[in-house]
Amino acid sequence: MTLRGRGLGFTAGLAVAVVSIQIAASAAHKVFYLTQLTMSAYSMLVVLGLVMLMGYAGQASMGQAGFFAIGGYVAAFLTTFDLAPRRDTLLVALLDRAHLLMTRPDGSGGSVTHIHPWAAALVAIGLAAAIAWIVAGPVFRLRGHYLAMATLGFGIIVHRIFLGSSYFGAADGISDVPALVLLPGFSITGRAASRVSNYYAAWGLVLLTLWMISNLIESRVGRALKALHGSENAAAAVGIPIARFKTQVFILAAVLAALAGVLLTHYNGGIGPSEASVMKSVRYVAIVAVGGMANLRGALVMGTLLTFLSLRGYFGSFDDLVFGGILLAMMLFAPQGIVVGDLWRRLRSTFSGKKRGDDGPAA
Amino acid sequence: MDPLLEVRDLGRRFGGLLAVAELSFTVNSGVIKAVIGPNGAGKTTVFNLVSGYALPDTGSVRFRGEEVRGLPAHELAGLGMARTFQQIQLVPGMSVLENVLTGRHRHTRTGFLAGMLRLPGTLRESRAARERCLETLAFLGLADLADAEAVSLPYGQQRLVELARALVCEPSLLLLDEPAAGLNMRETEDLAGTIGRINATGLTVLLVEHDMGLVMNISHEILVLGAGRRVAEGEPRAIQRNPDVIRIYLGEEDAESP
Repeated sequence: MTLRGRGLGFTAGLAVAVVSIQIAASAAHKVFYLTQLTMSAYSMLVVLGLVMLMGYAGQASMGQAGFFAIGGYVAAFLTTFDLAPRRDTLLVALLDRAHLLMTRPDGSGGSVTHIHPWAAALVAIGLAAAIAWIVAGPVFRLRGHYLAMATLGFGIIVHRIFLGSSYFGAADGISDVPALVLLPGFSITGRAASRVSNYYAAWGLVLLTLWMISNLIESRVGRALKALHGSENAAAAVGIPIARFKTQVFILAAVLAALAGVLLTHYNGGIGPSEASVMKSVRYVAIVAVGGMANLRGALVMGTLLTFLSLRGYFGSFDDLVFGGILLAMMLFAPQGIVVGDLWRRLRSTFSGKKRGDDGPAA
Repeated sequence: MDPLLEVRDLGRRFGGLLAVAELSFTVNSGVIKAVIGPNGAGKTTVFNLVSGYALPDTGSVRFRGEEVRGLPAHELAGLGMARTFQQIQLVPGMSVLENVLTGRHRHTRTGFLAGMLRLPGTLRESRAARERCLETLAFLGLADLADAEAVSLPYGQQRLVELARALVCEPSLLLLDEPAAGLNMRETEDLAGTIGRINATGLTVLLVEHDMGLVMNISHEILVLGAGRRVAEGEPRAIQRNPDVIRIYLGEEDAESP
């Protein structure tokens, strides 16, 4: 009960912080900070999924940037690839009949006909989920280091595909991605006029996701994931189908990463291959580690801070080095994380004297 | 009536070692049956073969009249087998109650979506599971420890938490792998009483155990293994007098003058 109370307290505190920062930034005429905070928010969706996957279920993934990129690139491709010359093909005709096509002016005076961003977003996220499902089969035959290596390999493959394919703009990536209209008069876009509304939309989504993931952790599913993390033998003994739960949580993390990819791509108006790079995956892992592995709040606070500083360019050309260094330092010195959420609980159980050591094992 | 568990011609080889060979036995509903034998006799292997943690090379395992040989552990749990482990397998970072709640897995439904959205049905289900687990903890005398971290408890209490987790699965067969390992004499006596009370609720128990006092005290039937084969099977008193049993435990000479 107290845990839940504290959880709500944190969410409320975060909401207050989100609002205060906006007011302060607007008052100080520094609204441009909100842009990086919005981008950080989308990164936090990837992080929240990875905390669930890695922190709670204990399954390392070094390939989350791959799922982010699948979401972003597929959305970008589908909303920029001109279908007008292919109007005669059956698929395009069917899409047209289903009112899934739209035409807009492109940057160079002509026009481009493409799939509606909403449909593109659904396809992008659905595809990421399907790929996660397919990849989960072979990779979850592996554990520990081997699982990390396999997911790393997956991330590299995705990165190379986007980097090497001209459909995806090769090294340039895809630009001129249109806004994603959420409501009449409100869309996900990087235009300065919608900076504040986009900031709230992104952080609203983060808060909603935080709430949902927190619920999940407290639920039967969360217990099953923690159980299989703690002991696969014990989890199987109570009837938990381990392979199925690992697959499902992997898909959940992939869907969140892809959702982040879609939204950030619409926000930025494009996506480049660096978003799919292995260093991006390492960055997500470093954030989860610095937050305390199984600690949604720690990851959120530390992740927002680090991502914001990185996006503002505080780390200069040492950007990747900072995140790699953080990961190394965390593993060496503080594998439990810096923001330790359950520190209080641990202290309390240490000092409450639960008759520890009264009667040790009489082996 | 069919026996609850029927094992026939079970065999398993690990490399050159014949761990279990041509082993047949049955467990009838309602009994406490113990599997004993010297170290390396194959007791734990038999347990693992029966509960889906190892694959038999030969033989059949029938549970509640159904062939279950080769089924994975979680499916056997779904059919009504629950087990504890010789090496305690509790989840660190989770309280006693949360550990026990994992045992309600197959009696609850909440999936990813319902869990994320905290639907009213989910909350109701969770409350019911909590109550059921607290009852079991009270039955085992652990009610006060529900919120303690499970792995920080003394060994004997950790064993009881594992037992609670197995009980809330509502199994029809409870498998206990050396439940008295690491317990002191008083705890072992308490455990004997507890297993008796569990059995009195109608639950069938199959246990592997080293502690002869415990085995003789609570078992209705005993299966004695030696080098992976059946040496003897019967009531405790008959087993105590069985010269083959005495021989494998004490060596050849003592068997002449029991």
